[in-house]
Amino acid sequence: MNFETTIGLEVHIELKTKSKMFSPSPVTYGAEPNTETNVIDWGYPGTLPTINKGAYELGMKVALALHADIAHYTHFDRKNYFYPDNPKAYQITQSEFPLGSNGYVEIEVDGHTKKIGIKELHIEEDAGKNTHGNDGYSYVDLNRQGTPLVEIVSEPDIASPEEAYAYLDKLRQMVQFTGASDVKMEEGSMRVDSNLSIRPIGQKEYGVKTELKNLNSLVKVRDGLTAERKRQEEVLMAGGEVRPETRRFNIDTGKTELLRVKEGADDYRYFPEPDLPPMRISDDWIKAVADHLPEMPDKRRKRYVEEMGLPAYDAGVLTDTKEMSDFFEATVADGADPKQASNWLMGEVNAYLNANKLELPDTKLTPAHLAGMIKLISDGTISSKIAKKVFQEIIKNDTDPKQWVEAKGLVQLSDPAKLTPIITEVLDNNPDSITSFKNGKDHALGFLVGQIMKQTHGKANPKVVNKLLLAELDKR
Amino acid sequence: MVSKAQIKHVAELARLSFSDEELDHFTEQFDNIIDMVEQLNSVDTTDVPVMTQVTDLVNVLRDDVAQKPTPRAELMENVPESADGLIKVPAIMEKED
Repeated sequence: MNFETTIGLEVHIELKTKSKMFSPSPVTYGAEPNTETNVIDWGYPGTLPTINKGAYELGMKVALALHADIAHYTHFDRKNYFYPDNPKAYQITQSEFPLGSNGYVEIEVDGHTKKIGIKELHIEEDAGKNTHGNDGYSYVDLNRQGTPLVEIVSEPDIASPEEAYAYLDKLRQMVQFTGASDVKMEEGSMRVDSNLSIRPIGQKEYGVKTELKNLNSLVKVRDGLTAERKRQEEVLMAGGEVRPETRRFNIDTGKTELLRVKEGADDYRYFPEPDLPPMRISDDWIKAVADHLPEMPDKRRKRYVEEMGLPAYDAGVLTDTKEMSDFFEATVADGADPKQASNWLMGEVNAYLNANKLELPDTKLTPAHLAGMIKLISDGTISSKIAKKVFQEIIKNDTDPKQWVEAKGLVQLSDPAKLTPIITEVLDNNPDSITSFKNGKDHALGFLVGQIMKQTHGKANPKVVNKLLLAELDKR
Repeated sequence: MVSKAQIKHVAELARLSFSDEELDHFTEQFDNIIDMVEQLNSVDTTDVPVMTQVTDLVNVLRDDVAQKPTPRAELMENVPESADGLIKVPAIMEKED
């Protein structure tokens, strides 16, 4: 029997704000437990939540970037549940009138493009964090309570774990470009709940779905879904039934494990939040937010390929983050050749960032300095070997490459009047190599170049040396 | 009529457990409350739009500016048990979401 797979993804993204969604307490990553809360977050009697305009606009940015329609009317709702991570015993969310709906993300898998629909996006508050002790107690830190989130709910358009991976990767990238969130799965600023069901091909109704929780990397999502699809196939092939369950992916065994069986439908008793007035969102407001959206990665990739002549691969790497893409564009604007700028960013710069676990803004490198260095290479002032030295300097210090190269005497020797005497001397001292070369031994040429480089402490321009050397050899 | 099973369900949602006598007692009380509220159903609300707010306020927003949090020591004064700045609560392992 052959099956088809249906995957639905709920993605929670932490919005990058200074204060919480409904209270002015601060939001920073990694603060001491319970030091970033106030009486509103704790749900004290008599407190009144207020809506963070900045957070709402970040949510709108995400919705617009994902091609969603923005609701002109919305209000918040209470989702009631009792759990120590939320002292109010309800989460303020948008149930009836979500911020955005009807969006999409375009993905490419195995050379085919496909649109994955986004059913809705809504704004809500995050809950605190529980740590379970071995002593019969749980320990609660409410710092995260009230942190603004946007939840993005996909349509059941995703048909394989690979498509799920592509969707999440693209979603992450697009949100990253809006600047609304850090979207780091390893830090929890992007979290994914996924559900998967399978059905025999041709069957109209969806199969019974199971939920996978706490998949904290894209690879885990893909591998977890692959394992769960396999499990469900085995259950059905053996004549069994898939039960509605919450499961967890065990990375060591490569299998999913039962967390709990879902009994009955969830019962959150939603009702409109009486403490927050509704919102009316005008077209002017939407336009003002849309005007601040940067150009999205898809458009940039197209431009890099069509207008700058970059390979599609380069365009993909350069648009992984907005910081990288902006840096690349600024470097080109400062006069660097696009392909050279791309080579340096994808090569030495990325290698440096990976080796030192840094991000571009953590370094001292500026587009002007990178462009300056690239220009020094292309006009022959420095060799590409020297450039590696220059690069190490300009990424670590705020150094002007041209001044540094001159001050350190690293300027390449390209003047034939200065090179010719050195070449003549080297040839005079190595008559055997000349003979070897005349007998067709190419390695002799390499040896001679090496000697010239040694004499000039690596500063000789290799192209000029080659040309002059061949001319000199011809004469002998 | 509100059933005992419904009251049990509501109690479970609130993570409360009651003895059989308590359940009978609360079922009766709950039933009376619902009866009272149900009197509202006698009002004809055809063509009356749903109202979720009693004020005419709209778009009450705050700029994204952080203010000083409430000092932890003060908040902890109302916490029955704490340890290392964390709130201690009886362990609840599963979460219904």
